[in-house]
Amino acid sequence: MAISACPACEAAPVAAAAAAAVPKDTRLSLSLPGIHCAACISTVEEALRSVPGVQEARVNLTLKRANVDAAPHVRPDALIARLSAAGYEAHELDAGSLAATETDRAGRDLLMRLAVAGFASMNVMLLSVAVWSGAAEATRDLFHWISAVIALPAILFSGQPFFANAFAALRARRLNMDVPIVLAIVLALATSLWETALSGHHAYFDAALTLVFFLLTGRYLDYRTRAVARSAAEELAALEVPRAIRVKEGIEAEVAVSELRPGDTVLVRPGGRMPVDGVIVSGQSELDRSLLTGETLPVFGQTGDKVSAGEVNLTGPLTIRATAVGEDTSLHQMADLVAIAESGRSRYTSLADRAAKLYAPGVHILSALAFVGWYLYTFDIRTALNIAAAVLIITCPCALGLAVPAVTTAASGRLFRMGLLVKHATALERLAEVDTVVFDKTGTLTMGQPEVQSLDGIPQDALRVARALAEASAHPLSKAVRSAVHSAGIPPAAVQNIEEVPGYGVQGRWRGQTVRLGRSAWLGVAECAASAVHLQLDGATYTILCKDALRQGAAEVVAALQNAGKEVQLLSGDTEGAVRMTAEQLGIAYWQAGMLPAEKAQVITARTSGGAKVLMVGDGLNDTAALSSAHVSISPASALDAARVASDIVLLGNDLGPIADALTVAQKATRRIRENFRIATLYNVIAVPLAVAGLATPLIAALAMSTSSITVSLNALRLRVK
Amino acid sequence: MTILTYLIPISLLLGGLGLWGFIYTIRSDQYDDPDGNAQRILGGQYDDKPKD
Repeated sequence: MAISACPACEAAPVAAAAAAAVPKDTRLSLSLPGIHCAACISTVEEALRSVPGVQEARVNLTLKRANVDAAPHVRPDALIARLSAAGYEAHELDAGSLAATETDRAGRDLLMRLAVAGFASMNVMLLSVAVWSGAAEATRDLFHWISAVIALPAILFSGQPFFANAFAALRARRLNMDVPIVLAIVLALATSLWETALSGHHAYFDAALTLVFFLLTGRYLDYRTRAVARSAAEELAALEVPRAIRVKEGIEAEVAVSELRPGDTVLVRPGGRMPVDGVIVSGQSELDRSLLTGETLPVFGQTGDKVSAGEVNLTGPLTIRATAVGEDTSLHQMADLVAIAESGRSRYTSLADRAAKLYAPGVHILSALAFVGWYLYTFDIRTALNIAAAVLIITCPCALGLAVPAVTTAASGRLFRMGLLVKHATALERLAEVDTVVFDKTGTLTMGQPEVQSLDGIPQDALRVARALAEASAHPLSKAVRSAVHSAGIPPAAVQNIEEVPGYGVQGRWRGQTVRLGRSAWLGVAECAASAVHLQLDGATYTILCKDALRQGAAEVVAALQNAGKEVQLLSGDTEGAVRMTAEQLGIAYWQAGMLPAEKAQVITARTSGGAKVLMVGDGLNDTAALSSAHVSISPASALDAARVASDIVLLGNDLGPIADALTVAQKATRRIRENFRIATLYNVIAVPLAVAGLATPLIAALAMSTSSITVSLNALRLRVK
Repeated sequence: MTILTYLIPISLLLGGLGLWGFIYTIRSDQYDDPDGNAQRILGGQYDDKPKD
């Protein structure tokens, strides 16, 4: 690479000047879904640095994101335009929504503790190996003392997460997995110190340290998996930069949605989403309410009509007066329904919790019995305490602590590569139990975008005019007509004076007469049941029937689920005709149309109380209550923010196919978790009698602990390969 | 056995050095982008000097 081709050097004087004028830089974040290799990194960084005002640009390939430090005047649009010229898709990310993942303090803290435990246990293990291979008398005592000096501060530092958890549990008068862990660590350290002071043979410093190390590894894996999911979920939220155009005394200004107040006048351009609830004060247009109600067909809106936050304005610019903002909008009031439904999910106890509930009291009783038994047998408190400590250490849930996180990490990683983001910790376990799958229609099984059924019976000339008219509008039905005529290979006609009449359609002049493409009432023809668009020319009218296009993989996923013996159902807020057509197309026997949000949730609650484990797949605001009352829920990335928050798993791509695979992976993962519990138990069954009999040595404890932890991790890794 | 008086401090020192190194890498954000780091070494761009 030529030395002179350094955009940073060329930009440096500009950057320096900008920095001198305004002391504070802003940091911009861009999402780059398309980058994947070293060449992408350098092209993107060079492209960004060549924009005047940019000081530093750094790509993060893991997060598929670029962070740009730039002068305040640099607009994200300029950066995005520069990148798309270089051939990369880029989206602006809202810095506010990303702030949480920016500094990953908790993760770093865990990693630090893990490192200290790891290095300390390596050193102590070296000394222990010397003791096991025969160091005696003064040498052994010296080694034990050195081990103590390393182990005590190391455990005090790295064991803090366990100490805090156990303390919290005891204060709430409960037992969790951390109580026996802390008891084992404390007892092991205390007896080992005592033994060392009396120049005894056995000290468990290495065991206590490796225990902390393995358990921290489990915690860290668990944390990583959830941090990755959280940052990806935050990125989805950050993609919707919340801005609105406020009109004050005739001047338009772009403001954050959070700054809007009731009574403000807001301009919503075609293609924009309503930021607030309000009333239309001027303009007429059509509104897409599919995300709120599930209706596929746009609704006509004019001065005086009410609009709700979340609706999309389709054809004409609308000025609305805000009546409710933020928390008071109908969008947010749905959250109440969600909060009520939420309790069902939190009642689920995970496999790990169930294991802990059996395990913690069992271990304590066993260890106490060993202590009492040996004390009554020998009347030597030192021997009895040593054996009780050995029992606690050997039974300590090292492998149990790794059993679940190792599997969920491997499974979530595999699902992530398939395009599924697992947000909730117990989502995989719940997914494995599913026997009924309920789909929403609009936006989930279908794209929510219409598609022309057939163009038969319409003359060539009429189609050419239709294409010309359709090209002038961004309305979904116009788009459908345009792409259907285009793929039929018919060129557009030369139509003049084309204008869009917001809320009605498009008209123009062709061969001296007026031609129109639009809704039935405008052209004076009878209303059709199905979604349709009408064309008027030469005094004749033609009807082009449309249907909702199926989402990619919808047919396959329904078939695969039915083959796997799951019951598939369709619940939709759309009209009966449209729902029946989709259900018949996909072979879904049970469907219900025209459902209100609360009714959907009721149906699911009824199924659940009937003993079914329901998976709900939906995207709209009308689905949020149903999503949270279901046993487990999935929403596509195109869903509204509220729906994504309510669901356990987010589908990142456009294809529905991965859902069927996700069920299989979840079942496999649960099987692995159960296997892991069995492996851990097996080691205990062998080692515990030795410990209770007083035959356990620190060497046996170390061997049992390491082998069981490693077997459990390896078993979990089997999930990564197909 | 007097050799232990040298070997034990040396082993502790080396262990401590490793730990210090690891903590340094965490503190300087070297685990933020593992995929990117794996790809960057394959790039054809070289710096003449470290960044200021």
